[in-house]
Amino acid sequence: MIQFHDYPLSGNCFKVRFLLEQLGLEYQSILVDFYPGYEHKSPRFLNINPLGQLPAIMDKGRAVRDAQAILVYLAAAYDKSGKWFPRDHQGEVYQWLAFADQLTGSISAARLHDAMFYRLDVSKARTEGIKLLRIIDEHLWFAEKDGHDWLLPLPHPTIADVACLPYIALAEEGGIDLAPFFSVSRWMERFMRLENFKPMPGMMPLQMPKETP
Amino acid sequence: MTPDTFTRSQWYAIGRLPDFEGAEAKPVRLLSQDLTVSDAAGVLSVNDADGRSLLTQIRYGHLWTTLSDTPRPLYDVPEFDEPDRRLVTAGGVGVRCSGLRCVENFLDMAHFPFVHTDILGVEEHPSVESYDVSMDAEKDEIWATKCKFFQPMASAAASGGQMTEYKYRVPHPYSTILYKTCPIREDVWDLVGLFIQPVEEDECIVHSFILVFDEENTDTGLLHFQQNIFLQDRMILENQVPRKLPLDPRWELPTRADASSIAYRRWLKANELQWGVALFNEAA
Repeated sequence: MIQFHDYPLSGNCFKVRFLLEQLGLEYQSILVDFYPGYEHKSPRFLNINPLGQLPAIMDKGRAVRDAQAILVYLAAAYDKSGKWFPRDHQGEVYQWLAFADQLTGSISAARLHDAMFYRLDVSKARTEGIKLLRIIDEHLWFAEKDGHDWLLPLPHPTIADVACLPYIALAEEGGIDLAPFFSVSRWMERFMRLENFKPMPGMMPLQMPKETP
Repeated sequence: MTPDTFTRSQWYAIGRLPDFEGAEAKPVRLLSQDLTVSDAAGVLSVNDADGRSLLTQIRYGHLWTTLSDTPRPLYDVPEFDEPDRRLVTAGGVGVRCSGLRCVENFLDMAHFPFVHTDILGVEEHPSVESYDVSMDAEKDEIWATKCKFFQPMASAAASGGQMTEYKYRVPHPYSTILYKTCPIREDVWDLVGLFIQPVEEDECIVHSFILVFDEENTDTGLLHFQQNIFLQDRMILENQVPRKLPLDPRWELPTRADASSIAYRRWLKANELQWGVALFNEAA
């Protein structure tokens, strides 16, 4: 069974949990005391991921680290439908995976600063986060104009959406207002209506109707 | 605004002991003042910006300090001395609102089904039954008792839905403790509480703890249960307007379910607490 080193308040762990559940994979969650224990910097965990970062998984005796890499790994290994990681759109998928990493470096950093007192330049992190939100909002505006609901021009979400969703949905926890980003807000709402979507703390938990009358 | 006498005369938790291991003038903010904490061979000291040494004590897994030279005594929680109980301290979490708002949110059961969906409440059981609120005049603290709520997963040790009985205690303007039915032992209560560090009038750090009988969960499991719940609250707290607590009855209308919050607001007013309070006239 896949072992998943997990912290429920991590947006990067959310991505992995979401895909594991969408793919119907059995997994064992190993809880890591990220805060206040900083267990991800402990020798035990550094053996699994020398970078001291969550998430990491162990599958078939091998460790895979980095949220985006795990999404690629799981989709490539277990998604028979090929929908989550479409082979003929690999360039675009990787582009958004890299973008997701920048969201971690900005919005997630601001959130860790505000809630858990990480020492960093929070105004720089917020400015960078807002710049990224403008870029993805514009992309989604044109996508919607062309009749597409997701980051890729496909009738279903992909790991690109999974990778970008959590830190955008958690932006207000880092003091970034999402109200100006209309297309992003609509995309987020579509994502949260996906079957079996479970919000993590910090994402609006209100149940939304599955169909708009 | 400088803190009123009631606010200033209290002890405040400013962190867990491991947070200050080897600290050299580690900055801490309390009641709009910059303080530093230092660790000299295991002895923790707190100084204000003028270098004045403040009173300290170590209790309930946290370091406490006060700006007052003659503080009110810190309230007793005898359960901390009971054997077999497990204490998990969840670490401080920053919240952009008055700490008074956090106490009030903690006292509120009506939000369980909507904010802590499928954990502390379900939408099919939204009603708050009548409960009792009383003042303990001798200790000058508020108790809400006979609170009952249907909870699908009342604690990390719960194995299914149960009617959970609660008691709430407010012994301090910035502390509140919940006593709830222990799912695995009869005739004892599990404790969950908040020690709030007011940073500014509309900003605080919430130090939370759980003190429970639990033979099944790891410390990390208990910690994550508590953090999940509190981070769900944080989002709601940061969206409350105004960020300070309104005490003027013209501003927010309470219902019967808010009896404990009404008592809390009255108690703050009776003690002439002003720091962290939103003024009706300023809003108008």
